[in-house]
Amino acid sequence: MNMANVISPSTVDALIKFGIDVAIILLKIVIVLAIGLLHVAYATYFERKVIGHMQVRLGPMRVGPHGLLQPFADGIKLFFKEDIIPAQADKVVFYIAPIIFMAAAMVNLSVIPFDANFVIADINVGLLFIFAMAGIGVYGIFISGWASNSKYAFMGGLRSSAQVISYEIAMGLSLVGVMMMAGSLNLSDIIRAQGESIFGMYAIPQFIGFIVFVIAAVAETNRTPFDLPEAESELVAGYFTEYSSFRFALFFLGEYIAMILMASLCTICFLGGWTLPWYVLKIFPFLSYVPGVVWFVLKVYAFFFFYYWIRATVPRYRYDQFMAIGWKILIPVAIGNILLTGLVKIILKEVL
Amino acid sequence: MVSIGFFIYFAFAIVVLSLLVVTRKNPVHSVLWMLLLFFHIAGLYLFLNAEFMAAIQVIVYAGGILVLFLFVVLLMNLREELSIGKYTTFGPTGFTFALGLFVAVSMSLSSFIAAPPGKYSIDLIKQETHIKALGKLLYTEFIYPFEVASLILLVAMIGAIVLAKRRLKS
Repeated sequence: MNMANVISPSTVDALIKFGIDVAIILLKIVIVLAIGLLHVAYATYFERKVIGHMQVRLGPMRVGPHGLLQPFADGIKLFFKEDIIPAQADKVVFYIAPIIFMAAAMVNLSVIPFDANFVIADINVGLLFIFAMAGIGVYGIFISGWASNSKYAFMGGLRSSAQVISYEIAMGLSLVGVMMMAGSLNLSDIIRAQGESIFGMYAIPQFIGFIVFVIAAVAETNRTPFDLPEAESELVAGYFTEYSSFRFALFFLGEYIAMILMASLCTICFLGGWTLPWYVLKIFPFLSYVPGVVWFVLKVYAFFFFYYWIRATVPRYRYDQFMAIGWKILIPVAIGNILLTGLVKIILKEVL
Repeated sequence: MVSIGFFIYFAFAIVVLSLLVVTRKNPVHSVLWMLLLFFHIAGLYLFLNAEFMAAIQVIVYAGGILVLFLFVVLLMNLREELSIGKYTTFGPTGFTFALGLFVAVSMSLSSFIAAPPGKYSIDLIKQETHIKALGKLLYTEFIYPFEVASLILLVAMIGAIVLAKRRLKS
């Protein structure tokens, strides 16, 4: 019996189609990961350059022209360092903590629409997926602090998880206004609805949500002025004090990918993603020839610059003040914003 | 066919993971197995075409409640398992009751009747989107149970605040 009789042509076609789909998805994953990791490498370089110049220094200058090869030097150095595990550590948990942390950050890149038709997984609950995975990232921080069996790491882990879960609430609530205006949780649909709206970007009508989101995004990613889990003067380095070599690099990568993710989320939900507001296009019609991904990336870079800017400008908060801001100001303001958005939506429906 | 295979995997994994959760000596390991368990439950929801429920399952249980568990476990500092003996001597009796309950439940399974399907078929939900369908039902047909549930949660919250404040004064 030959094979042609066993497998009908339609099955073969379906299999080929399935194979092509899988290949396209794999290719997209490779592209996104490669570009994402390259961005992480140079995000560290630009961070040091930007902060250096803000403090009237030059930043890295030695490796390559203007220190351009510095990220690679750092990576190679981290890779060849000795991997130390504390004697009393819980080994298995110690191993998986950085993996959970980085995987939870990286998997989120799959739902980010970088351009009108470029997204790995176009799912209907994209926004909720990002919240869910941000919640999983907390475990990486938490159990790394616990498994290290060190007081500094433990305190850092406790602080950090308390911080992340508190500010996750504020962040989620600040995005509800966006969901209500767009009427969808699909990130591509949010951008499309935004491009067609009167203001072109939700940062203008949703300015309360925007402000809350930006503060919560900085707190979520443990950046200055909210980098209490890593407060050097109090906790050495926070939850990853005991980590060295490549395991430390995984935490480092995860943190910067989380930053890319927050910047992308801000771009998608408040700054219009790959679209430009219609009034800008009216004044400069030639801008419509620029591919959307350029605008997306530029907005992400702007948000990154903002991260560095406040790091160089604002001192660190005290822990109790910081928690008070989250619970007593940001969350009530975000809930008020939801009420306001709903009211305006109903009134507009009545009037129009 | 494929979905049945996945269901068998998920059901089996959920049972095994639950057993792992309750038998671990170290509470932090229990919590981590429970995290995996919640992911499998979310996977089951995905196969029921309930992606919203799956996302909420992970956000609320894995991202919220389980982190609070972890907080309690860590703050009590149960690093080394307390080596207390058995709490009670009713082990065999309890086992007999549990076995009896298991037999009773499995016997009643044959008389299980599926509820009549409502007007929301999978196609209709896809067309209306999950959140819209869910919101409409919650705020019209099921408004009473919904409000009761929120009242219960509110009571629990106020209770917790009262307890915390009382300790602050003394």
